Amino acid sequence: MNEPGPEGPLEAPRADSPYHRLNPLTKAVSATVTGIAALVLGGVIGPALLTLVAVIIPAAIAGVLRVLVRTTLLLSLPIGISAVLVNVFFFPAGRDVLLRVGPITATGEGLSLALEVLARILAISGAITLFYLTTRPSDFVADLEHRGVSSRLAFVANASAQTVPQMLERAGSIVAAQRARGLDTEGSIVRRLRALPPLVGPVILGTLGEVEERTMALEARGFSRPGRRTLLRIPADSGVQRLTRWLLVGGLSVLAASRILGVPG
Amino acid sequence: MLVLDTVSYRYAGAAGDAVTKISLDLRDQEVVGLVGANESGKSTVCLVASGLAPRAIGGVLGGRVLIDGADVAGRPIHELVGTVGICFQNPETQLSGVTETVFEEVAFGPANLGIDRDELVRRTGEALETLGIQGLARRDPRRLSGGQMQLVALAGLLALQPRYLVLDEPTAQLDPAGTRLVGEALQALAQRGSAILIAEHKTDLLAGLCGRIAVLQRGELAMLGGAQEVLADDRLEGLGIAAPVQGRLQRRIDALGLAATSIAPEPGR
Ligand SMILES: Nc1ncnc2c1ncn2[C@@H]1O[C@H](COP(=O)(O)OP(=O)(O)OP(=O)(O)O)[C@@H](O)[C@H]1O
Ligand SMILES: [Mg+2]
Repeated sequence: MNEPGPEGPLEAPRADSPYHRLNPLTKAVSATVTGIAALVLGGVIGPALLTLVAVIIPAAIAGVLRVLVRTTLLLSLPIGISAVLVNVFFFPAGRDVLLRVGPITATGEGLSLALEVLARILAISGAITLFYLTTRPSDFVADLEHRGVSSRLAFVANASAQTVPQMLERAGSIVAAQRARGLDTEGSIVRRLRALPPLVGPVILGTLGEVEERTMALEARGFSRPGRRTLLRIPADSGVQRLTRWLLVGGLSVLAASRILGVPG
Repeated sequence: MLVLDTVSYRYAGAAGDAVTKISLDLRDQEVVGLVGANESGKSTVCLVASGLAPRAIGGVLGGRVLIDGADVAGRPIHELVGTVGICFQNPETQLSGVTETVFEEVAFGPANLGIDRDELVRRTGEALETLGIQGLARRDPRRLSGGQMQLVALAGLLALQPRYLVLDEPTAQLDPAGTRLVGEALQALAQRGSAILIAEHKTDLLAGLCGRIAVLQRGELAMLGGAQEVLADDRLEGLGIAAPVQGRLQRRIDALGLAATSIAPEPGR
């Protein structure tokens, strides 16, 4: 077997595309600007166009459109549903009555507000999902560290980013184990909710109980040494990307300023 | 030489000492085994020898820990890690949790020390090679078998190039296949002349590995001597330690009054 060289072969295999290859900070800025802009723009058309340009098209280029749509919908479903319900049925100032069920009235104003909220939620979760799907956390962190963010902060950010899928996986295996012991984790929502408490314990405690062991193992590897760490690889960046990031941030500032100053957009 | 000189240690918040007046030395190129019943203080001795106790976990240390005659008290842990390395029993909690490949994982320790990047790549490759796991370099460390993961943890230690390795039951949480994998790697390390202090319940593993063995009983050193003598000692069972299968067989044979040579395996088998 060949000894792995310093570049390429050390990286985890993953999907590849021009969008994947962008500098992590570029993708992070794009996601952040998209999310904030969706909030600032308001309405339905604005966020929808934004989602098309900054999320859907890049996702198609990156070849992750299917996963993106599925993940985004899953992510935004709980908030989305409650937002729609609350707005449609409990919008106090609504006059345009669509539907009346007992004491509850659904109004047209409520419905359009609900759609606006939904558009924002979809834009934001889509932007975050796209970033996650196309960026290795360790790349993002290495890039930040290279730009001068402290090693410790970088570590915490990286560990948290990697913990989410790990906890999900752990939850998955615990659910499977509990189900094997006859716990009901399928069926109606109420039954599932009732099955939840015994699952939460192991997921959280399993994480906390290991903290001391993990801390010692980290100390034993020189983690507490002050000063900079050696970076195994530094994600590529370019002048064009740097300019793009500044333009995105600048554009967002102009948009926000115009909103605050009351310029009709 | 790594020396524990009449070392006592009390955990933070504990009422009494977990280990008392332990004197033990680990010479260069020597493998010393550490055995004892549960709670006898093996892990504590490992933590003290590696410098993690009291640096990382607090508590009170009595006596001295010396490396080449110099007291290490006052030296921070990140200075010690390049001299003494410690490996724990749970392979999974030893992963940094922030790497996506075995190569990155093994490089994590030396990277923390801020060494030159080329040197980092060289050391990492070397550590993988020493344990024969170059083939895992690109794998996700979280998706390995327990035995493979423990080898990765061990490689992460070797990449720090410590002169002394302290291993706290490195095979305790592994299945037989994992135990064999790690056992063979330890054999290879011992043959290369690494100085190793290893706590282990599995005396079979120690029998072929150690020059000397120390026995702990309730935090005190109960025996210290050549591996053969200690493992053949009658008191072992009373101290809560199962002698190696080979030794137990031998004693059974002796008790039955059979001539051992008549049934001993032929040499070379
Ligand atoms: N974190 C701790 N805080 C307080 N006391 C501890 C701690 N860890 C261990 N002890 C105590 O120190 C003593 C020695 O424990 P130690 O873990 O060193 O034993 P051990 O030989 O490694 O046992 P095992 O075979 O179970 O791993 C025990 O009495 C134990 O209760
Ligand atoms: Mg122990």
